[in-house]
Amino acid sequence: MATLAQTSSNLLLAAFFLYFLATVFFAVSITGGRFKNKEGDEKNRTGTYGYISSVLAFVSAIGYFVTRWIAAGHAPVSNMFEYTTFLGIMMGLGFVIIYPIYKSRVLGLFTMPIVMLIIAYASVFPTEIQPLIPALQTGWLQIHVITTALGQGILAVGFAAGLVYLIRVTDFKAKSKKVTALELVLFGLLCFVGHVLLNMGFGAAGYEKEFNYTNEYGEQAQMEYQLPAIIGPNEAELASETGSNPLLLAPDFIVADDLNAVIWAFIAGTALYWLLRLVLRKPIGGALQPLVKGVNPQSADELSYRAIAIGFPIFTLGGLIFAMIWAQIAWTRFWGWDPKEVWALITFLFYAAYLHLRLSRGWHGEKSAWLCVIGFAIIMFNLIFVNLVIAGLHSYAM
Amino acid sequence: MKKVICECGHENPYGTELCESCGKPLKDQGKGLVNMRYEGAARRSQTYSRTIVDKIWNFFSSVKVGVWIIVLTLIASSLGTVFPQEMFIPPGERASVYYQQEYGTAGQLFYQLGFHNLYSSWWYMLLVAGLATSLIIASIDRFFPLYRALKNQRVTRHPGFMKRQRLYHTERAGEDAHDRLKKAGDALREKRYRVREENGNLLAEKGRFSRWGPYVNHIGLIIFLIGATLRLFPEMYLDDHIWVREGQTVEVKGTGGEYSVRNEEFLIEFYDDEDERFINNPQQASAVAKTYQTTVTLFQQTSETIGSGVEPDEVEQFPIRVNNPLTFDGFSLYQVDFKLNELSEFTFAVEPEEGTDDELYSETIDVNLYDPETVYEMDNGFTVEILEYFPNYVFENNEPGTLNRIPDNPRFIVEITPPGEEEGEMSMVGIQVNNPLSEESDYRLRMVDFDTNHVSALAVRRDRTIPILIAGGIIFMIGLVQGAYWHHRRIWIQERDGELLLAGHANKNWNALKKDFSWLSEKTGLPEPADQAEKEETDGTRDEGVKSNHGDAGSDKQ
Ligand code: HEM
Repeated sequence: MATLAQTSSNLLLAAFFLYFLATVFFAVSITGGRFKNKEGDEKNRTGTYGYISSVLAFVSAIGYFVTRWIAAGHAPVSNMFEYTTFLGIMMGLGFVIIYPIYKSRVLGLFTMPIVMLIIAYASVFPTEIQPLIPALQTGWLQIHVITTALGQGILAVGFAAGLVYLIRVTDFKAKSKKVTALELVLFGLLCFVGHVLLNMGFGAAGYEKEFNYTNEYGEQAQMEYQLPAIIGPNEAELASETGSNPLLLAPDFIVADDLNAVIWAFIAGTALYWLLRLVLRKPIGGALQPLVKGVNPQSADELSYRAIAIGFPIFTLGGLIFAMIWAQIAWTRFWGWDPKEVWALITFLFYAAYLHLRLSRGWHGEKSAWLCVIGFAIIMFNLIFVNLVIAGLHSYAM
Repeated sequence: MKKVICECGHENPYGTELCESCGKPLKDQGKGLVNMRYEGAARRSQTYSRTIVDKIWNFFSSVKVGVWIIVLTLIASSLGTVFPQEMFIPPGERASVYYQQEYGTAGQLFYQLGFHNLYSSWWYMLLVAGLATSLIIASIDRFFPLYRALKNQRVTRHPGFMKRQRLYHTERAGEDAHDRLKKAGDALREKRYRVREENGNLLAEKGRFSRWGPYVNHIGLIIFLIGATLRLFPEMYLDDHIWVREGQTVEVKGTGGEYSVRNEEFLIEFYDDEDERFINNPQQASAVAKTYQTTVTLFQQTSETIGSGVEPDEVEQFPIRVNNPLTFDGFSLYQVDFKLNELSEFTFAVEPEEGTDDELYSETIDVNLYDPETVYEMDNGFTVEILEYFPNYVFENNEPGTLNRIPDNPRFIVEITPPGEEEGEMSMVGIQVNNPLSEESDYRLRMVDFDTNHVSALAVRRDRTIPILIAGGIIFMIGLVQGAYWHHRRIWIQERDGELLLAGHANKNWNALKKDFSWLSEKTGLPEPADQAEKEETDGTRDEGVKSNHGDAGSDKQ
């Protein structure tokens, strides 16, 4: 069994590199010279190679999923690592489905790195196989989670297309609110990159500090830090031999190590952002713009809408309907206004509003693309913030 | 109101923008693309606005209003997750102090605004009611006109209609135009288009049923909301729970005595630390519960035999687990909670205050803590009378009392009467307690053993709204898929006064329609129409400042 779990991790690693390869192919196919064959027709197959890589990556990722399922005895969608990884894989699948319709290589160039980022982010959470509590032991939960992730993955492709649209049409030469907003989105993505890099770095160095602290029930408890403590837990005292004391202490109802990680992510994101700006000497969106110049904005707009129209029914089925069936069986009632449920409802209402706004001409294009960005932010908020901070019934930390 | 008669002879309802039959623009003769959403049919909301009913109708049928309601519901829903709802705060905490104490001023505000019960507040319900009203009115307002227009459409269209479609092309018709039209018809049939021809004109249509998708999904949603509202009636929705001790039989609440269950065994299982799967875990697997299970026997008493002392019939034995409820006759029993090792029985012996008397000691009595008897006669002649029983003892207001009937801290006031004596001696006994109450005491009760029991909590549910909710959910999903995964595409080809006209309309996914046109062009040599909405073609070298406002012919001005 242990070896099967090992195989599973290797397959995920392979998938990660194949996604990287796909990114490289798409980048080359857009920036590289136009290859012409004897007849003078354009022959640029790198885009096709990129697509093939993304398909292979998906196959490998499914290999990870199946082997881990066998090793664990339950579908690997039951903790933060497993669910987040699966969301990344499903975004990859969304791309695999949508690419043949529109053949947009730029979409590949934007989607693949986001998929990699999501999978890398997932691996920061504990990756061990964990036992399932009774409420989670049902096929309906697995069906619910798998369908929801697929829906969210396809909606995330809509986000990638929206981003392409925005970078395509924004004028980065002059300062404007639009430029700032777009840079903020890219900064947000860089914070995730920073978070992953820091955790990998300190993880590789074997950094670990333990604090004794007083928890929200007034009891003594221990908390382990994987990053140096800027914010320590309530009434913290360092329990490890070495290390410095935190600069500040958090009140008892805040999960201090998570807050600390968030602060580090912002610091790292800021550092990365300004480093890039120094190197590129222009807004990052502006630096990306030449990559998307060949994109017809109207196609990008239609593509993002299409992704959302395809993803919305799947998300509704998984995130609301299957969720209600599971809740009815496991928690005795199909709806309980638990924060996770409410945020699924909010996601649903948001995309419903999006679809209705698109009925009018004025909301096509730029506004619509911004809505796709906000929608993705809601999905990530539900995944990260609601899971880790507003813990409810679904909290995997249970 | 006056009907509008088109030059093609069709009588249109007042307010029609495009003739239902031939498509001739009736209202504005201007340029630009025609408004194809709802086929330019007369909608009540766009036509009348005099009476108050008209005004309300128009208000709720507007998509703008609909979106506002959706967005307000969204914002309201999110506010309720800032702090936990009242039902999630720890049991026994009082909301009026809890929020302030835990979350300070913000918590206090949250409580005072009533956000701790947001989802059952009147204004949240009002929002949902507004959503439902808007859904119903907007759907009716559009469905009937759209239905009429799609049903009445003719093959031959007015040139003004053709010209102002987003996909449009015209050229001089060649000699072979007639042939090509025929070939086009065949080719489109091959592509699963429904093709109609009428004196040299052609209409090919595909996926019209997807136009009903939004209406179907709105109906599903309304049915769902009706179902959810019905839960407010107790007849429709029962939510209760029962505690059942091992070996005990308890009536299932809400069944009027018809059903009862006996708890045969409660079982809790943990994961195994030796399990290879979890060996790498920092957290011990044995700290995680694997199964909670109550094995119950269900009994039924027919309505004639209730209270008549007749033994009830055994219906079935069933292991109730989390995720595996027992369902019978519309009721469901769920495993929701448990209590391990509740005291169930004390075993007492009588012993002298001083010294031990083995003979006295070997005689014991078993006192059932759920239902003690009043007098216990012992074989050695002693009588033990239970004067008072406090299952969950507290001393309040200078008086002994009990919190509830659960034997968490049982205390007895007993009177021990030795053989042959008239007067007994009183004392109070309990766990680690043995206080004489009489002046003089020679004997006392000594606890020699105790027994415990597991207790299981089962939720009792009957939800008669479930079939309605399921129906609503299924209809909603069908409508959603119907509207999102299929598209309505139409192709018109005409040969008129020596000119060949092509036009195309898709309610969405123009990409697919364009592909169909290029396929058609390959097959038959017909020209491909241009996209009149694409004002700016990209030349592949621009990198900045492309304006975003390209139109979509099918747009609604709301
Ligand atoms: C949360 C509630 C709602 C959901 C889930 C919902 C869902 C949908 C969906 C999926 C569509 C198809 C959109 C498309 O094809 O792009 C649609 C269309 C539409 N909805 Fe809703 N809707 C909701 C509430 C409303 C409300 C409150 C109104 C009231 C104004 C409304 C009016 C419309 C209209 C007018 C259409 C277009 C119909 C057509 O194209 O023939 N909807 N709705």
